[in-house]
Parts: sequence; C-alpha cells; structure tokens
Amino acid sequence: MLSYATRRVLMLIPVLFGMSLIVFSIIRLIPGDPAQTILGTKATQEAIQSLHHALGLDKPWFVQYVSYLKDLLTGDFGTSIRTNAPISQEIWPHLAATMELSFVAMIIAIFFGINAGIISAWKQNSIFDFTAMVIALIGVSMPVFWLGLLEQWGFSLELHWLPSIGRDNIRNAVNPITHFFLIDTLLQGRFDQFWVVIKHLILPSVALATIPMAIIARMTRSSMLEVMRSDYIRTARAKGQRMFWIVYKHSLKNAFIPILTVIGLQTGLLLGGAILTETIFGWPGIGRYVYNAIQYRDYPVIQSGILVIAFFFVMINLIVDILYAVFDPRIKYR
Amino acid sequence: MTDPVLDVKGLKTYFFTDDGQVPAVDGIDFHVKEGEILGIVGESGCGKSVTSLSVMGLLPSPPGKVVDGKILYNGEDITYASESRMRQIRGNDIAMIFQEPMTSLNPVFTIGSQLIEAIRIHRKCSKKQARARAIDLLKLVGLPRADELVDEFPHQLSGGMRQRVMIAMAMACDPKVLIADEPTTALDVTIQAQILDLMLKLNRETKTAIIIITHDLGVVAQMCQRLVVMYAGKVVEEGTVKDIYNNPKHPYTKGLIQSVPDMREKKQRLYSIKGSVPKPGSIKKGCQFAPRCEYVMTDCLEQEPQLTGNEHLVRCLLYRE
Repeated sequence: MLSYATRRVLMLIPVLFGMSLIVFSIIRLIPGDPAQTILGTKATQEAIQSLHHALGLDKPWFVQYVSYLKDLLTGDFGTSIRTNAPISQEIWPHLAATMELSFVAMIIAIFFGINAGIISAWKQNSIFDFTAMVIALIGVSMPVFWLGLLEQWGFSLELHWLPSIGRDNIRNAVNPITHFFLIDTLLQGRFDQFWVVIKHLILPSVALATIPMAIIARMTRSSMLEVMRSDYIRTARAKGQRMFWIVYKHSLKNAFIPILTVIGLQTGLLLGGAILTETIFGWPGIGRYVYNAIQYRDYPVIQSGILVIAFFFVMINLIVDILYAVFDPRIKYR
Repeated sequence: MTDPVLDVKGLKTYFFTDDGQVPAVDGIDFHVKEGEILGIVGESGCGKSVTSLSVMGLLPSPPGKVVDGKILYNGEDITYASESRMRQIRGNDIAMIFQEPMTSLNPVFTIGSQLIEAIRIHRKCSKKQARARAIDLLKLVGLPRADELVDEFPHQLSGGMRQRVMIAMAMACDPKVLIADEPTTALDVTIQAQILDLMLKLNRETKTAIIIITHDLGVVAQMCQRLVVMYAGKVVEEGTVKDIYNNPKHPYTKGLIQSVPDMREKKQRLYSIKGSVPKPGSIKKGCQFAPRCEYVMTDCLEQEPQLTGNEHLVRCLLYRE
C-alpha cells in the first residue's frame, strides 16, 4: 500500500510537468498582450517593447519556459504582472477561501446526496423516491448562477436572513492566521465572528453543493439498488437483521465504490470550477483569482493558479484510489 | 407422535406481474417434525424456492405475495406475522442456507464479523463471547484453522468452505428448523458429500429439523426420511423415501427416478421426461402434468386430480377410488 502511494506521488512529477507545459503554451496562444493591457490602448510601440523586455516576454518561448520551470523548482511561483506581488504569497488566501467553501459544499452534498439516494433505493418507487429523484434532476439541470441569484434574492434581499456577499463582515474583519476562517476564528476564540463566517458560507456552499449533491444522490440510488438485490443481502435478512442495518451497513459499504469515485471527481471539479459561484457571491477564491488574471493576461498567475488546481485534482484522485481499498478488501495495491 | 415444528397448510404464493397473476406455489401442504429431515424435490421453476422464501417471509414483495394458506411454526401462525416478529424467528428459530455460497456472504465484511452479527442479533452477549462462539461454530462445521479464518474475507475461501461458513451461520442460534435451498448444487461432487455429511451430523447432534430443497434424488436418498415431490406449484406425491423409491406412483416421480443414471446398466441414452415444466398458470384445467404424461387419459385433460392416500399420498387420476 505504502509503496503504491509513493509510486503514485512520484507519478505526479511528470503529470505536473506536462500540465505546466500545456498551460504555458496555451496561454501564449490566446490573443492579447499583458503589456498592452497594462499600458492601455493608447500606448506607443516603444513603451510596449520596453515593457516586454522588462517582463522577459521578448525572449524565445522555450527560454521563458525554462526560466519559469527553474523558478518553480525552487518554490518560486514568480511575480504577478498586475500587482507586482510574489504569487506564492498572494495565492494562498485565495486557495484557502476556495478550499473552505468547497469543503463545506461537499459535506452538504455528501450528507444529503447519499442519504437521499439510500432512502430512494430503500423505498423504491415510493413518493419519497419519486420526489427526491425529480429534485435531483432539477438540481443537475439548474445553472449555478441562476440558483445563486435566487438565493440572494430570497434569503438576503427579501428575508434579510443571510449575507449575500463576501466571506466575513468588512467592518469586523477576521484576522487571518491559516486563512481558513472557520479555523482562524476558533483559534482566536472569536465565536461571534465564527457565527458570522458560517452565515456567509451558507448561501454559496448550498449553491455550489447542488450539482454534486444531485449527482451523488443519483449514483447512490442506482448503486444501492443493484447491491440490495444481491444474495448476501438476502442472507443478512435471513439472519433476522434489521432493515436499517442491512441498508446502512451491509448495502452501503458494498455500494460505496462508485459513489466514492463521483465524490472524488466532484470535489476536484469544485476546487477549480467554483468561478461562477465565487463571482456571484463575491468570494475571494482561486477561481476568481485565476479568472481576473486571465482578463489581465497575467501569465505567471494563470500558470501558477492552474498548476495548483491540477495538483489538488490529482491528489484528491490519489486519496480516492487509496480509499477504494479501505471499502473493498478485494482491492489490493502492490 | 410429536407435533410438527413447521406445518405448512394449503400455501398459495402468487406473483402479481404486469402480465397478470402467476401462481408460483398453488396450494401445497407439508410438515416437518423435530429431528426429521424432509426432502422437497422438483424441476427448476416448480416453486420450491418460492415455498422456502414464503416460509421465511423473504419473498420479494411486490410482486410476490402469500394469498392463501397457513404457515404454522410450533403451532403459531406466522403466515402474516409482523416484520418485527419475523425478524425474531429468522435465524433464531428458522434458519436458511442458500444455493449460491459464492455470493451469499457479504464480500466486504470478515467471516467473523458476519458470524458475530448472526449471534448477536438473537443472543445477548459481548463481542468477545460472540467471537469465541464464532470460532467454535467454524470448528463445528469442520473448517481448519478456525481462529485465523474468522478474520479472513469471503473471497479468500473456496466455495465448499463458504458453504460451511453459511451452515455455521445458520446454526449460530440453534434453530429448530433449517431450510437448505439446493445447498450442494453449486459445489463439486466430493464437496457435496462432505456438506451433506456435515448436515446429517448436525441433525443428529442438535435435533434440528431440516428441509432440503433439491432437484437431486441422490441427495434425498442419502439424507431424508420423508419426501415431497412438487410439480408446477403443487405437491404430486408425498411419502417416506423408502416407499417412493421402491414404489413411485405418480408418472412424474417415476420419470424422475428413471432419469437417474445407474452405474450397473450400460445405457446409451438416459431417460428423460419429454417437454418442460409449463409456465405457472398456463394450464387452466385438468392435471398440470397431463401434456407430458405417458399415461394420459381423456379425463386428465378435464378433471383436476386431488391428493389421495394415507401415508403415501399421490395426486393422479390413475389412483382415484
């Protein structure tokens, strides 16, 4: 198991190397020029050329790539063209914001998705099953921006229950330590702020959770239905076991592999794909950070942002692969 | 004469499908006494397994439903008993072994945890005590290195070993009745003999009544005292194994016995009953076996025969009084 995990982590190196090359080339293929964006449309040709020189953009692309790679290996993500700040310092608060939001969203999606799927399978063709699956279908089809706007209109504008934007109260901002605000407020014993942070998290995390929740519910239902028809479930019933334990113990553990796959993929997608939610709810996450960088043609930031997202995507899939063996003893890694 | 532990009277189990109702079991009677071994034989699709699932209350429902008859356990009518009462009975009073040992154990839990579960559902005891009992049970069914086996998973065991585990699990709470639904069909011949010996041994030691459901007349001859022959959801012949083997009355039973290969004869072709089991409910009147019967008479197509006789019962117009 350990040697398998080590090998998988080592395989990360070529993956990230390939990723960096692809991102590096694609960015340079997009029309647009960082110097032009910075200096404006009325800039003279000389000014643009001297800025190109200052940014190193006048060198051949492979020279640029090698120097970028050299910096990367020493842990230097480079400097943002737009803000002139080191990216390694700038990126963490954004990454932490997205991770916190995705984490809460996935907890919601997993809890409700799995339970809805289980009960649908258990009470197949019942009213609950029908209702849950229709809601799941709507959930899959609902565009996040539309759901986000509806939430803001209903719970912020009309009912005034929850804040519509941001991570915390600007006039009473959280003093960041880890940049995970849920942790930071608790570390500082600021339970009033902790509550504020939770209130800020609810709307965006529910919006973000909807699609994964619906996908998890549908996957859980179909996987459970298959397992519950199997011989060993009949054996468990013949022992006199309660239906609750048959469903939640005997069936769920067997049905969990495909559910786990979906959870892994969806978590990976949330990390990079939360741009819409982050934009609607003014969430200072990595998606928005990279999106803004693309608009400014801030090459180093785009490269680093995408690389970090890719890294987490691969790591989550590695964790999922290792978890397979925990749920199914027949899976062995060598 | 002792009272039967399990007494099934006029059981009818129908399946309600989109194409109408299918009488899978159409009024069958049988009983089994303490320490007795009863065989139920018949071809595939004659309602043997549906009978056992009806007794256990494990019919897939919908579409299956017991529509008539009585299932008496120690005199208690459990035909329509509540789910919670059935849970007390299952495993504790009436246990069951299934046909497919390869798939009947949960692949993601250890042998031990599945045995411990079976024990602790019905017996109040600590996990440690249950584990000790689990190891004893594994030894009882003749499994080697029982104390290692408890921590192994089903996929690490062979089919015969798994069926032994299934038997151990069924015997966990000393049931009064053990229903074995084709317990040896999926196993090879040498293992079959071992499993049957084991069941005989348990029957003698624990006085558990056993109902063996099979299509293998060899198994019946080796194990059972009494025999029920089923055809198309009905009992066609019932009696002691000796009587039925020496003097089979129903043409179907005769056919079944004739189709068993005999080592002393050198036949080129084995006897077979022509045709196949009709779809339940497709024959509306007369004897269900008439279309395949060698002795068919005109009355057979019109009149439905009743089960007649005293000790050796048969459902055939050839024997009407």
